[in-house]
Amino acid sequence: MMEEYDESLTPFVKTVAAGSETILPAFLADKPILALSDGSFLFVETGERVQAFPDAAILCARADARRIVAGGDNGKIVEMTPDGRTATLGEEPGKWIDAIAIREDGATAWSAGKQVRARDTKGALRGWAAPSSARGLAFLPKGYRLAASHYNGVSLWFPNLDAEPDLLKWPGSHLDLTLSPDGNFCITAMQENALHGWRIADKKDMRMTGYPAKTRSFSFSHDGQWMATSGAEACVVWPFQSKDGPMGKPPRECGVRPAKVSQVAFHPRALVLAVGYEDGWILMIRLDDGAELLVRKGLDEGETPPRDKPIVSALSWDEHGRRLMYGMQDGEAGMLTLPPVPPKR
Amino acid sequence: MSDKIPVTVLTGYLGAGKTTLLNRILSEEHGYKFAVIVNEFGEIGIDNDLVVGADEEVFEMNNGCICCTVRGDLIRIIEGLMKRKGKFDAIIVETTGLADPAPVAQTFFVDQEVQDTARLDAVVTVADAKWLSARLKDAPEAKNQIAFADVIILNKQDLVTPEELREVEARIRAINPYATLHKTTKCQVPLDAVLGKNAFDLDRILEIEPAFLEVDDHDHHDHGHDHHGHDHGIDHGLKHFHDEEMQSVAIQIDGDVDPVRFMPWINLIAQREGPKILRSKGILAFKDEPKRFVFQGVHMILDGDLQREWREDEKRGCKLVFIGRELNEADLRSGFMACAVNQPQS
Repeated sequence: MMEEYDESLTPFVKTVAAGSETILPAFLADKPILALSDGSFLFVETGERVQAFPDAAILCARADARRIVAGGDNGKIVEMTPDGRTATLGEEPGKWIDAIAIREDGATAWSAGKQVRARDTKGALRGWAAPSSARGLAFLPKGYRLAASHYNGVSLWFPNLDAEPDLLKWPGSHLDLTLSPDGNFCITAMQENALHGWRIADKKDMRMTGYPAKTRSFSFSHDGQWMATSGAEACVVWPFQSKDGPMGKPPRECGVRPAKVSQVAFHPRALVLAVGYEDGWILMIRLDDGAELLVRKGLDEGETPPRDKPIVSALSWDEHGRRLMYGMQDGEAGMLTLPPVPPKR
Repeated sequence: MSDKIPVTVLTGYLGAGKTTLLNRILSEEHGYKFAVIVNEFGEIGIDNDLVVGADEEVFEMNNGCICCTVRGDLIRIIEGLMKRKGKFDAIIVETTGLADPAPVAQTFFVDQEVQDTARLDAVVTVADAKWLSARLKDAPEAKNQIAFADVIILNKQDLVTPEELREVEARIRAINPYATLHKTTKCQVPLDAVLGKNAFDLDRILEIEPAFLEVDDHDHHDHGHDHHGHDHGIDHGLKHFHDEEMQSVAIQIDGDVDPVRFMPWINLIAQREGPKILRSKGILAFKDEPKRFVFQGVHMILDGDLQREWREDEKRGCKLVFIGRELNEADLRSGFMACAVNQPQS
């Protein structure tokens, strides 16, 4: 049985022929920009392309309203500002950049294999060798401190101190990493299709299991009370209201469909989620009642996927929550501009 | 044919000639583009556009299986390479001389995303004809690499006498009688000896017979070594060695086995003996099943499926092969025999 979706939003979606996989959509000074795997930044409205990584691929990127920072398989870390100007922030010759973290004050961090580096607002570089490859990075909201995930745990490193980083231990391979907006919780996606979390204050462990695939995308709600995750045939949303986080509480599920969720993004001002799937569908879901609006229709149920699968690879809202950009692995991208009056059901 | 990217794993003890083989593959006129994953940028340059350095980070999986190790860096690199999809046709992974091939192979069966995009084609081991016999005695890694191989390139044959070559060949066969063996000088083998082997493809496990009567690649010799190759057929002139530690066990049943007994048994063997079993393969005739069941395994990981139907001119029968260390042959044999539909008369 095919579910019927409310299609009132689809006329407000414009597709973009990006030409290669979107690594990250971003809004720099309100200008929509795509960081693409072919090594370029694409200004969506003008079509201007900035080839920031000649003959190389972008592997990871992070952005805020003022800049986008991308890491390539040429070992370079390149920053672009809204005016299209680029600057190389660092280089790890012969290596791939695996993860990037940025702070609103202008600090940047990256990892290449075990090598982790932090660059402060004045451009001063500090380095630290993680015990094994650092796959996920995030700045803590307080202090100049970086969380880095690796095999058997997460290290919390003060780049300006010579002290050994504090270790959050859990056996296994930790991949991507996120922090709750208040900085109280650290959560990693693991190789074994599970999430692991710590309450940083007392290092108390949290296991979040039951995923059929790896979680590759997490998103905290604007109020920090919910964390949405990919990796199941529904968007799994964990409650973070109490000081114990999701410990002992079941998650909510929304957007149940016969395809795995590949990307999630909470609206920056409301409890509304954008959810992208491995079969190219994108839904907008209200967390309160699970009401769904269609953003992009993907493959029909049972339809054979083409050689280049239309997996939704990236989703980002602008800071006001008026525009949602998506990108796909097959080179399509698009932007939804919400109509002035929010649609009612 | 699947559009998954084929991956060839090159192993071999230090100095055996892995990089020579790699550069040979890359420099030949074949029209293919390769992504090459190397363990370190060695002194010998690698002549290829897309070369990636790896860290050989071997991780245990948290699934209660002690031998279930994977290469974390490989998972990451293959994911990253997919950002350059369409720019290469195949991946070659060169391991360090001391590496155990199992974690590399297991990565292709354990990680779903890797499995969705890439497939393990074959493990190719380069061995040094002059030094292998000694390494088999003192380097467990060298023995692992021989035992694990689908293809063995016995290199530097120009540095040994025909007698020494036969001895080292016999030592290899004592450990792994099933790999395809090529005797070479400077790794001169045709490309199709190494690439496109589909050794882990269930559809290609057509028969499991010892590969004693092997291609000798005479055409590629340039040292006039042909004289020693003509004793084929009379047991290959091989002395029979027995390796105390690493062996292969082959067990055959004429007729059918009962899957209700076989499946729990093979799973138990994989669980209990998995750490000792490096590779396993089998072709089976299940009771009341017109199709052949084939399986292959790496340590505790088993992969099996029903394949084509038994042909009318084919005798239904079952054969299992294990390569591993300190295998209890009597136990394996009696366990397998107990799965037979027609129990042998005692």
